[in-house]
Amino acid sequence: MRYFAPTTVDEAVGLLAESPGRKVFAGATDVIPQMRAGRPEPDGLIDLKHIDRLMGVRRTATGWVIGAATPTSQLTGNAELVAEFPGLCEGAGLIGSDQIQNRSSLGGNLCNASPAADSVPAMVVNGMRAVIATGGGTRTVAVEDVPAGPGRTSLAPGEFIVEFELDSAPANTGDAYLRLIPRTEMDIAVVGAGVRITLDGSGTCTAATVALGAVAPTVVRVPEAEAALVGSTIDAAALDAVAAAASAACNPIDDKRGTIAYRRHVAGVLAKRAVNIAAERARNRAGGTPSSNGGSH
Amino acid sequence: MTIADDPATTAPGYKWVGTRPIRPDGFEKVTGRARFGADLMLAGMLEGSVLRSPHAHARITSIDTTKAASIPGVKAIITGADFPEPAGNPTDQDMCRNAIARDKVLYEGHVVAAVAATSKRVANQALAAIEVTYEVLPHVMTVDEAMAPGAVLLHDNMITKGVDPAPTEPSNVASRVVYQRGELDKGFADADVVVERTFTTKPVHQGYIEPHAAVADTTPDGRSTVWCSSQGHFAMRAYSAKVLGWDPSRLKVIPAEIGGGFGGKTTIYLEPLAVRLSQKAGRPVRLVMGRDEVFKATGPASASKVKIKMGANKAGEITAAELWMAYEAGAYPGSAIGAGSMTALAPYNIPHFIIEGFDVVVNKPRVYSYRAPGAPQSAFAVESVVDELAHKLGIDPIDFRLKNAVEEGMQAPYGPKYQKIGFRETLEAIKNHPHYTAPLGPNQGRGVAAGFWFNAGMNSSAVVHVNEDGNVTVVTGSPDIGGSRASMALMAAEEFGIDYDRVRPLVADTEQVGFNDVTGGSRVTLATGAAVVEACRKVIADLRGRAAKTWDVPVEQVEWVDGQAQHVDGSQPPLSLAAIAKGWARTGGPISAAASLNARGVGAGFSTQIVDVEVDPDTGHTQVVRYTTAQDAGRAIHPSYVEGQLQGGVVQGIGWALNEEYVYRADGTMDNPSFLDYRIPVASDLPMIDAVIVEVPNPGHPYGVRGVGEVGIVPPLAAVANAVAAATGQRFTDLPLSPPRVLDGILNGTDAN
Amino acid sequence: MARRLINCTINGDPTDFLVEDGDSLLDALRNEVGLTGVKEGCGTGDCGACSVLLNDRVTCSCLVFAPEAEGATITTVEGLADGDHLHPLQECFLEGAALQCGVCTPGFLVAAKALLDHNPNPTETEVRFGLAGNLCRCTGYDKIVRAVLEAAAQMREANV
Repeated sequence: MRYFAPTTVDEAVGLLAESPGRKVFAGATDVIPQMRAGRPEPDGLIDLKHIDRLMGVRRTATGWVIGAATPTSQLTGNAELVAEFPGLCEGAGLIGSDQIQNRSSLGGNLCNASPAADSVPAMVVNGMRAVIATGGGTRTVAVEDVPAGPGRTSLAPGEFIVEFELDSAPANTGDAYLRLIPRTEMDIAVVGAGVRITLDGSGTCTAATVALGAVAPTVVRVPEAEAALVGSTIDAAALDAVAAAASAACNPIDDKRGTIAYRRHVAGVLAKRAVNIAAERARNRAGGTPSSNGGSH
Repeated sequence: MTIADDPATTAPGYKWVGTRPIRPDGFEKVTGRARFGADLMLAGMLEGSVLRSPHAHARITSIDTTKAASIPGVKAIITGADFPEPAGNPTDQDMCRNAIARDKVLYEGHVVAAVAATSKRVANQALAAIEVTYEVLPHVMTVDEAMAPGAVLLHDNMITKGVDPAPTEPSNVASRVVYQRGELDKGFADADVVVERTFTTKPVHQGYIEPHAAVADTTPDGRSTVWCSSQGHFAMRAYSAKVLGWDPSRLKVIPAEIGGGFGGKTTIYLEPLAVRLSQKAGRPVRLVMGRDEVFKATGPASASKVKIKMGANKAGEITAAELWMAYEAGAYPGSAIGAGSMTALAPYNIPHFIIEGFDVVVNKPRVYSYRAPGAPQSAFAVESVVDELAHKLGIDPIDFRLKNAVEEGMQAPYGPKYQKIGFRETLEAIKNHPHYTAPLGPNQGRGVAAGFWFNAGMNSSAVVHVNEDGNVTVVTGSPDIGGSRASMALMAAEEFGIDYDRVRPLVADTEQVGFNDVTGGSRVTLATGAAVVEACRKVIADLRGRAAKTWDVPVEQVEWVDGQAQHVDGSQPPLSLAAIAKGWARTGGPISAAASLNARGVGAGFSTQIVDVEVDPDTGHTQVVRYTTAQDAGRAIHPSYVEGQLQGGVVQGIGWALNEEYVYRADGTMDNPSFLDYRIPVASDLPMIDAVIVEVPNPGHPYGVRGVGEVGIVPPLAAVANAVAAATGQRFTDLPLSPPRVLDGILNGTDAN
Repeated sequence: MARRLINCTINGDPTDFLVEDGDSLLDALRNEVGLTGVKEGCGTGDCGACSVLLNDRVTCSCLVFAPEAEGATITTVEGLADGDHLHPLQECFLEGAALQCGVCTPGFLVAAKALLDHNPNPTETEVRFGLAGNLCRCTGYDKIVRAVLEAAAQMREANV
């Protein structure tokens, strides 16, 4: 196996094109355990962290751009981003320990394509887009269109994500991410729920997105829950409808981390709780800083 | 008691015993200098890797190492054929076959071959090139499957022991044990309430953070030096020798620092393989397990199934108990069913009972000791039912236990009479603790449970040297797993009446000190401590003699007080230890003494614990919010490390109760061999663990010591389950109490059990 | 395959060592540099025993490819003390009996240093979550958490 450390996107694209056995990586927090567990070693690993464009959290005129290889600790450490998108930062901040946080990235979390990836539901509800380097330049797709199944993405061979685009949140908008894990840290989500709510001046919901993790082969949007929220004042009936819709939207498996019945039930519970948190944040316009344990159910 | 509210206070009459000095090995450990099993590097050392069975049960039909051997850098390959036919008693033979498979593999992870090469990378390449063909056999994974009629047999010739008349057909039941008293029917007739339930637990691992590691350097004279981290290098020598077919004395085992064991490092895994590889290669070889190998191939604690029926009368007296218990042994006989049976009812004085236990082989790694081996599983059942009986009778659960608690002079269920014990005192300590009456919040519940452990004595040796500057070296052969060097130094300082800093304790190798049994059974401070005290007293007797000679008086006129020899009538200026050492050439030469003993006077240990949990009614997630443990330590030599034992045992028990379990796939392979999915508690899962040290001195030990290492893990399984029952109104009988299981119980009830 | 020479700064000293590209930083530190205070407990980033500071950020060295260390600044447990003057965390671990077997201790000390560097006045909860990536099986964490809180207090006082 050879290690490469390109400093430009074009150089990385070229290195990938030279051999189909090469892979890109950012924090290596998935690739090294997978190699240890017996997955074949790639011919070459291309370290994306030396490319400036892939590193860092930048404000733009219309929102934010987050480099795909940026350590997630830089998201949770960015007070402005946390203030505007606390749910996104909760999801990103729940990927592993502090040790992992200094290596894990949105690009890696998305492209590892685990159904349980903590940052993905929160990216989806915020309408984030992935800018993908291809042989001939870049293309931009919605984050929810990247995962194709467990361990699979829609990226073509030779492609990799350069950065994520995130539009500024409208007024009176709040987001939240909650997950259920058996411990309080260091676990893979058994269920994850991301929610974004926008309210009007009277407290009526004008826009809502709900996305679930770990309950289907890929992240799932829950349009029925979103429809139940829009036009409501996030009252008890709307919340019950959200819970029912979230449970119904699940297509989970029984595995060592949870059962089908458990995942269905808890998806509804967490969706409802996340709606409440997001709505509260929307009422306060943006909400506060996530605490160190923020986001644990 | 915490450090904050218990500043270094000595026990009455003692200067050092009961204080909290810095441990002698601490500086090495906080600076990264301490050398653990995998840290040794020798010139020319090769790296090894072990090929393990991918199947739960299979016949090995062929092994071809030709291709692997031809890889450049491969220096030695061994298989079962490189070891002599297993010899000795059946347990020894099983150990030999567990160390490396011969014709059959009995669990995923069973050793098939090993390689030594110039690098780990080359060794792993060679492993992949070894061609093994297997005939895969059906497997049995639980006691129910293994005990079912017509079950697939692991061992064709295993006849159940302990059954009269002996069965004529082989089975997967290795042995049966029975303990009984009185007339069961009468006992249940006397009962006003009876509770009957079945409890199960899954295999759990000791989870020490340091994986097993061994370095061996075998020389052409047929001797080998082994460096390894273990709980007993004398045992490693003896067991390795059995597998190799050597006399133990051909092996010298040097103890590395040990990164946790909890019973799991009292046997061999890598050591004989490293010796044989080194012999074949003619160079030193290092073998280090990965975490997946630790999970798949080293001994966890038994999964268990316990059927229990217990009755009590309105006066709150337990009248009868009936237990049927089956423990998974793994691939070879040897679960702790005996200890599990003996400890099950040990805290209570019950007139009529029967305990029947079965040791059952299954296609899983051979279980090994884990902290109070066998006791937590049976205590989970007994303490859950005791809790339920107390509730049914409307009696406070501590009062109910006090009513039935064993005391000095009562007969233990397994035979002998209890000596001085402190069970009652631990119950009262909990009852009087502010925790017991503190208010609970919403969705919270409180549970109590108690536990018993024998503690062990066994064989220990120690040597005490006086150095030429008057300082003292204390040499033992008991690996220090949690601070025992500090307790040895404290007892020696107390004996000599010199400062703790003037005593240097160390753990010597198998050739430098007399025989020591393993660091296990909570025995080191008691037994090795007794050997140290005895050696110190021999040295002090010698020192008095030296002073008598110097002063030309009878030795009876010399006392040893505060680190110096004094004449009884004060007629001579006192002679300090340093002064005697300085002049030893004139009084008979250097001063040292050895002591070897089989420790008597073992004091049993009891613990009572109380826990508050909060259960999320919508997700089934359980959070431990407060925990208090009271344990009889006899005498705490170094209270900080006693507290550490209490706290550590509790937290392992919490893990066992809430989330830890081996998860197997249908093909008999382990689905969670990592710290990601084998969930030991992390810091954020826990509150502080309030450790109350109860001291009912053990009259069998010079300082009153009782073992403290193990009993702390006995109560938590039931304590947590009792708290969850209080919080949810549902009685859970299957561990772990993971969120899916608890939510299912909340939503659907647990009465199906 | 040819080995690669890595130049970096470890515990304040310019250091070079040879690695194969697929080696982990953990293996390189232990086997090539001789810093065996960095421990392997799992090799998958789940136990924290191999924690080091990589460019002042705590990370699991088992999850870093050795060539990534080129030009980096690395601190291991061996670099915490100033000569024979122990770091307050080391002192507090000793005084508070915050170790039993001691194999997780190097990782805890490094992670705790990173925690206090970024948050000099943590609550107990912040310490517990901040150290959740470090497993200890001996202590039940009680004395470790206390030692870190005590060290934080001492360090704040020393900086006043």
